[in-house]
Amino acid sequence: MGEVVTGASPARTTFAMARSYWRKNLRVVAILLAIWAFVGLGLGVLLVTPLNTVQIGGFKLGFWFGQQGAIFVFVALIAIYAIWMDRIEAAERRQRSDGEGDA
Amino acid sequence: MTIQGWSFTFVGLTFALYIGIAVWSRARSASGFYVAGRGVPAVANGMATAADWMSAASFISMAGLISFMGYDGTYYLIGWTGGYVLLALLLVPYLRRFGRYTVPEFVGDRYGSQAARVVALVCALFISFTYIAGQMRGVGIVFAQLLDVEITTGVITGMVLVFVYAVVGGMRGITYTQVAQYCVLIVAYLIPAVAISAKMTGSWIPQIGFGSTVVEGPYAGEFLLHTLDQLHDKLGFPAYTEAFTPGKESMVGVFAIALTLMVGTAGLPHVLIRFYTVKGASAARWSALWALLFIAVLYTTAPAIAAFARVNLIQTLHETPVAEAPAWFEKWQGQKLLKFDDLDGDGLIDYGADPDTNELTIDKDIMVLANPEIAKLPAWVVALVLAGGLAAALSTAAGLLMVISSSVSHDYCKSIKYPGMSERRELLVARCSAAVAVVVAGVFGIYPPGFVAEVVAYAFGLAASSFFPVLVLGVFSRRVNRQGAVAGMLVGIAFTATCIFFGVTLFGIGPKGIGMVGMLLNFAVAILVSRMTPAPEPELQAIVDQIRQPESP
Repeated sequence: MGEVVTGASPARTTFAMARSYWRKNLRVVAILLAIWAFVGLGLGVLLVTPLNTVQIGGFKLGFWFGQQGAIFVFVALIAIYAIWMDRIEAAERRQRSDGEGDA
Repeated sequence: MTIQGWSFTFVGLTFALYIGIAVWSRARSASGFYVAGRGVPAVANGMATAADWMSAASFISMAGLISFMGYDGTYYLIGWTGGYVLLALLLVPYLRRFGRYTVPEFVGDRYGSQAARVVALVCALFISFTYIAGQMRGVGIVFAQLLDVEITTGVITGMVLVFVYAVVGGMRGITYTQVAQYCVLIVAYLIPAVAISAKMTGSWIPQIGFGSTVVEGPYAGEFLLHTLDQLHDKLGFPAYTEAFTPGKESMVGVFAIALTLMVGTAGLPHVLIRFYTVKGASAARWSALWALLFIAVLYTTAPAIAAFARVNLIQTLHETPVAEAPAWFEKWQGQKLLKFDDLDGDGLIDYGADPDTNELTIDKDIMVLANPEIAKLPAWVVALVLAGGLAAALSTAAGLLMVISSSVSHDYCKSIKYPGMSERRELLVARCSAAVAVVVAGVFGIYPPGFVAEVVAYAFGLAASSFFPVLVLGVFSRRVNRQGAVAGMLVGIAFTATCIFFGVTLFGIGPKGIGMVGMLLNFAVAILVSRMTPAPEPELQAIVDQIRQPESP
């Protein structure tokens, strides 16, 4: 059978700590998804006509966001997410082992 | 050496490579077969995911489609990349922490319901089978067109190959073959793209050449996209870069299709299971980043190729005397990718938007397949593109086979029918069901049912309206229960399938974008029904609590 990766044991994880980690996680996800929706569907689709009046180099701005820019932003968003969550989790582990007194 | 000689050489070499890798990395345990022993590095999994994801359609047809659609191609581009943000932020880290083998398994265990497991299982099989039939057909067509063999021979060759490395290698074998296939397909895609960009705009980077000025011909010194808009205007087509003009998709339509493709991408089982193969939640997040980065290399190049090819084709062919047309014009007519009919008998190729005077019909697949010849690249590049197209089709087919085989052996036999089954027996069943699936897919490839092509396009709507809401709610809500999940999935997929089948258009949203509405319905029904029925048992809520916490170091 597949091994089930368990979270920290109940003794280590107080209810408050678990809640605080999940809240931070939700905040990160909410912020990044807001940018995702704004750039992908906002700049790339809903606002494309007004943005197309702006010309940058050989591109109309709206067209560029729809066919190039949004994709670059998507990559950047996942990169920020991966780095940000690694930091939050590292801090969380430190805090949890400090709480145990065996750091 | 001729193109055909080079083709046989490249295809032979790459096939030998794939089989070699599969034998070297073959799976010996259930964990190895289903999830590659969970030891795949994040970068390798990212590459494998990219190959898994980019099918024959992405490789061969997408640039051509965009070149006919102009701005409208945006919904494919952002739809098929934006889904990875949803995947990374809302699904993969949590599914990885849950740590089982398949997607129906998550649904069944999180909601504590065999009914939910069965519904998820049927959805997974339905989506995967429609998808894989298209891949086998793609393999057959590439073989037939460029190696001059029967489509059937091509499909059977593809079947044998996929059979060898998916059945023997399991997920481990598939993963490392997909890494090799990504390398082949991306090199094959970029070489002609870079060469054409350099030739037309003087820039070696297609993404920059796309926004640069044309260096030769009557439009020298003008921006490429401006030239394209002018050419379109002259021939009566709507401007390439403008959105929502007459003859193009409406704003509501583009929005709905883009969102459906994004959400559908995040709900496709063959993409989701790839993230079970890495070491933990953090590796799953990094792996999603690598996957999108590797995909973005192709997806930001495709619209550039689309524009280059469009300008090139119009300039080379429009109002050109047939006698002076380049050699490939005749060759691709023979392959039925170009059709010319001299209506006014003046010996000139007249191209335009008006169906009464237009004399030229261009197949979307020609943009990528013929690009190397249009750009006068050597024969081996043409052969490399062929090997790349095969790599794209085979890698996707293998990923889908994995979903089919694990659904049958693990979700049906092990979890539902015979819970006491030994690992050895389960592996045997997994290999046998993969073998049967290869044959079924091959039959679909040789005798394609008329609906397959359309259903593949709609698979995203079905995935969006069935899987995605239930998976997201399973992580982000502790309150949603089995009644809600089952009702949501059934209503979502039934609504979407009905709209697609009868071609219903609601609020300006056609069948391609209707998955967005199905997804919203699924969410609404799941939440409402859950509120009216008892909360999930404490042990199910404990699963949710567990996947919301970081793993212990």
